[in-house]
Amino acid sequence: MKTTSTSGAWVAAIRRDRKATFGAVILSIFLLVAIFGPLIAGDPQALVGVPLQPPSSEHWLGTTGQGQDVLRQLVAGTRVSLAIGFAVGLCVVGVGAIVGVAAGFFGRSVDAVLSLLFNVFLVIPGLPLAIVIAAYLPSGPFTLGLVLVATGWAWNARVIRAQTLTQRKRDFVAAAVVAGESNIRIITREILPTMTSLLVAQVISSTVYAIGAQVGLEFLGLGDVSAITWGTNLYWAQNDSALLTEAWWTFAPTGLCVALVGFGLAMLNSGFDEITNPRLQLERAWRSHLLGLGIAPSRSTPVTVGHE
Amino acid sequence: MRFILRRLGFYLVAAWAALTLNFFLPRLMPGDPATALFARFRGQLAPEALEALRETFGLTDQPLIGQYFTYLSNVFRGELGLSVAYFPSPVADVIGDGLTWTIVLAGSALIISFVIGTLLGVVSAWWRHSWIDTWLPATFAFLAAFPYFWLAMVALYVLGFKLNLFPLGHAYGDDLTPGFNFTFIADVVRHAALPVGTVVLATTGGWLISMRNTMITVLGSDYVNLARAKGLSPWRVVLRYAARNALLPNVTGFGMALGFVLGGSLLTEIVFSYPGQGFLLVQAVRNQDYPLMQGIFLVITLAVLAANWLVDLMVLWLDPRTRDTA
Repeated sequence: MKTTSTSGAWVAAIRRDRKATFGAVILSIFLLVAIFGPLIAGDPQALVGVPLQPPSSEHWLGTTGQGQDVLRQLVAGTRVSLAIGFAVGLCVVGVGAIVGVAAGFFGRSVDAVLSLLFNVFLVIPGLPLAIVIAAYLPSGPFTLGLVLVATGWAWNARVIRAQTLTQRKRDFVAAAVVAGESNIRIITREILPTMTSLLVAQVISSTVYAIGAQVGLEFLGLGDVSAITWGTNLYWAQNDSALLTEAWWTFAPTGLCVALVGFGLAMLNSGFDEITNPRLQLERAWRSHLLGLGIAPSRSTPVTVGHE
Repeated sequence: MRFILRRLGFYLVAAWAALTLNFFLPRLMPGDPATALFARFRGQLAPEALEALRETFGLTDQPLIGQYFTYLSNVFRGELGLSVAYFPSPVADVIGDGLTWTIVLAGSALIISFVIGTLLGVVSAWWRHSWIDTWLPATFAFLAAFPYFWLAMVALYVLGFKLNLFPLGHAYGDDLTPGFNFTFIADVVRHAALPVGTVVLATTGGWLISMRNTMITVLGSDYVNLARAKGLSPWRVVLRYAARNALLPNVTGFGMALGFVLGGSLLTEIVFSYPGQGFLLVQAVRNQDYPLMQGIFLVITLAVLAANWLVDLMVLWLDPRTRDTA
């Protein structure tokens, strides 16, 4: 399966798949809100009215326990949370790629040490570890990002190591070694480009992880509670006893946004999977072939098997 | 046997790594955490608490390597220091009370979601061109995108506050004394229904989708086609031939999911004021109770490592190939 690296091909691939299109649309809306929303919505910290007012024509999503506008806070939070999410997603995959490629490429003792390292990090529960690290560092977006990268990189390293191992055995890598190319050049020019689709998929799923974990840590009060993010919005909702006061509007919209972004990213990813996974691709081609012949596939239709 | 021992060795290394992290983290922080803590609690902590704190962190006049071994031997004797929030209770006692509840909550949620998700994955793969396969994975993928604790808040608001169907928090009613009798257990189940249910809702999707994808691959293999050609009943083909083999990645994933689900259920506990580790963790974070935080981290990590080893034993039992290499 060859993946072209031009962005035009990616766009075409996304548009061909219904799920991917759906995910891309949701994501674009949120990106637009994150970029332009805060310019339009107004100061999220301003005290605009009586605390805990239900949604009205004046405040579409009501007011918080402090009397701020929930919608403004949501919009402001979108920008920060998405920025941290994507930045952490990129860093997580970056660290994972460096460790994974190094382990897979150099093998032997390097592999043994690095594999042990990421396997240990995989088995230590992430959230408690993140909490312990975050509690000792001064709170802020940088700390939060650092903690999320430290607890999230291991899975990517493992997958990329496995992928590197299979590439390492291919002829084109052997040819590059014989041609006397440097290790760095082989890794960056020969091996990494074959993994483009894998890396993109990993950035997407790592972003989902980062947003979820970030919201969780901030909900616990480990973020900067004076900043406005989705997580701190939920933290304040819980702190102001949103449930006891029946102020559902202070927490419901934020959670919906987290879920929509996560779902959009997941859809985009499963769309990519259908595009780049030869197995699923074959299944689809077979299905449309049958439909073209006027045969509706049923559960007695055998699953097709590809031959490499 | 070699397989079991090798895995055991790995978990010992992981446990040692967790212990070492726990030892060095407070020392990497600028300044002295005990003094900083003491300053923050000015007037509220007795002077002897400062000494206790320093001892908790092992910040004695010993050289670093000496402190490290003192710390290790303390942990092995189950001495995790004194809690700040619950001063002067030892951390081990504070944690011990909540551990059972966390295991009940996260354990039952994990097992229920694993069973439901795997079964739905089989169903979804078998009817893979029908509406079931279009909607089931998508619905659960959407549910999986919500933070666990947010689902918990919504469920508590709608089913607890508005409809009054479930209790609003805690592990059992205030009027009951814990005991092994029907009333008490029924009450525990009633209190656990919402927290467990919301975690199950959020985690079923992962099992479903991975089982579905493995099932589709397995359904394409020759022995399944042969079984079909022999005219075996569809259920026999699906369950005994395909699902049995497709189950393996899910079982291997079980160990990994454990830590993740546990993390999420800690946050769920907070919403329901469930008296487990999550609730303690919030107390620890709010009061900057570092010894308690670290103790919880250690205990949870060790529990997860032990559970992972049990999962390995199960894989050994399920997959003959691991026995051959063993």
